[in-house]
Amino acid sequence: MAKSALLKSSLAKKYWMALTGLFLCLFLIGHLIGNLQLLATGENAALNFNKYALFMTTNPAVKLLSYLTYFSILFHAVDGIVLTVQNKKARPVGYVKNSASSNTVWASRNMAVLGTLILVFIVTHMVNFWAVMHFDENMPLQKVEIEVGGMKQELYLTTDGGYMPVAQVEQGNVEIKHRKDFYDANAHVKLKEGYKDLYKVTVDFFKHEKWGLLATILYVFAMFVLAFHLYHGFSSAFQSLGLNNPKYNSLIKNFGKAFSVVVPLLFASIPVFIHFILK
Amino acid sequence: MASKYINITLKIWRQKDAKSKGQIETYKLDNVSTSSSFLEMLDQLNEQLVGERKEPVAFDHDCREGICGMCSLYINGRAHGPDTKITTCQLHMRSFKDGDTIYVEPWRSKAFPVIKDLIVDRTAFDRIQQAGGFVSVNTSGRTMDANAIPVAKFDADRSFEAAACIGCGACVASCKNGSAMLFVGAKVSQYALLPQGKVEATQRVLNMVRQMDEEGFGNCTNTGACEVECPKGISLENIARMNREYLVASIK
Ligand code: HEM
Ligand code: SF4
Ligand code: FES
Repeated sequence: MAKSALLKSSLAKKYWMALTGLFLCLFLIGHLIGNLQLLATGENAALNFNKYALFMTTNPAVKLLSYLTYFSILFHAVDGIVLTVQNKKARPVGYVKNSASSNTVWASRNMAVLGTLILVFIVTHMVNFWAVMHFDENMPLQKVEIEVGGMKQELYLTTDGGYMPVAQVEQGNVEIKHRKDFYDANAHVKLKEGYKDLYKVTVDFFKHEKWGLLATILYVFAMFVLAFHLYHGFSSAFQSLGLNNPKYNSLIKNFGKAFSVVVPLLFASIPVFIHFILK
Repeated sequence: MASKYINITLKIWRQKDAKSKGQIETYKLDNVSTSSSFLEMLDQLNEQLVGERKEPVAFDHDCREGICGMCSLYINGRAHGPDTKITTCQLHMRSFKDGDTIYVEPWRSKAFPVIKDLIVDRTAFDRIQQAGGFVSVNTSGRTMDANAIPVAKFDADRSFEAAACIGCGACVASCKNGSAMLFVGAKVSQYALLPQGKVEATQRVLNMVRQMDEEGFGNCTNTGACEVECPKGISLENIARMNREYLVASIK
């Protein structure tokens, strides 16, 4: 019995909800630290960000963590929907008059709606950036323009710290394979590797002439939704796991509230910065 | 406090029996003393209805002093009405104003089906209790002195607070998920905190939670409505304790 109790019972579903939810909170911290590099403006801002993006898509430990994150999002969403459906069934006939606001806060009553909106956001977000980084044939590689003897020359930056002249590719001497590797067109050997320019993709996205503003507004809206989800969710997860101790309760609650404001706010500051401030 | 008399409009759920479809009926009731309790007001309404040769409103009540947990009304959108830490029998008409319209509905939960009008079947709670809400002792005349086992004051107090639960079901009624976890948490905690209860703690929590799920109660999402509406001030800490106990018991 003990085994089925850890998968099917009401409490077990709550444990998984809490564990995946808290893991996603950790993911948010990691993701935020990475994204905050987009606020940098120096000469090397783009290169540093692209180096980081390369690390995040190739390092095996990070890969493992990313699979854990995909799994957590799916499991959290499915478990959350199962719980919500069960909870609706537990009251087949509702009240004619119900005054829910006199004993609960809004966020706590709307976790499923908030969660579903977050899911929609995550899917769009992944289509816009993750899928482009992983699969888009037109993913740009990072270029720089330098002057050599009064002549402007375009060069791809390469992972060995060197360059690959764009002209070489245009003239057909070098071809690009796997969307990032420079190959000698005749000898078919790999020469160098370029940086996928995720920085440019992101900046172009939020600075887009037509829908850059809309994208920024929607992103900020999604962060509001996340804030409300976390406002209730963070401390709720501790209660679900039985981690309730009068000594630490107010610490957990206050930390959760601060977390729910600070993390989404910092995330939201990035597209706002790109759209309105970045030159 | 001098009592006043008020005139009110009542919107009450009427349902002939478990199978019938019910509906809200409207009644006018005049000259209600603000000193009367909510249940006395309903008695007054029933006298008026009997006088009009109409079927009186069926509602649950017993002790009328806040200890039996029978009076189970959802009044103006809240379990036991507008005040907190009270049962319906402890609610007084001074909480209402002249001309008020008051909605009175039964507890709503799949596990608490309506029997008639405002009366619901709460035997689901009894079955949860029977699944483990007890300590097995030999009562054949050789019972041990309860005080022979020392209990830390802190634990004794927490256990006593949990034991104050009167099984009224307000927690289920006010929870948006129809969850019974405050009730079960209180019953699990009451024993888990005492040395006498620790012996059967593992089986108790597994069995009580299984029965709770089978009865069709919903899953707690920690909104905290139960704690606010509980007439006995049972704390959410008890749900967390049950969650802990269950986690440990399932791994054992
Ligand atoms: C970055 C994304 C997310 C984070 C950090 C997050 C975090 C959390 C946390 C910490 C909880 C509290 C768990 C508990 O009370 O035990 C929670 C609850 C919940 N989440 Fe999420 N969540 C995220 C995305 C989602 C998504 C995509 C859904 C999709 C439907 C969702 C649906 C829910 C629901 C329904 C609950 C309430 C469940 C309950 O209390 O039983 N969440 N979330
Ligand atoms: S926990 Fe409180 S509200 Fe729930 S049954 Fe016990 S006394 Fe009633
Ligand atoms: S009638 Fe007993 S508690 Fe109200």
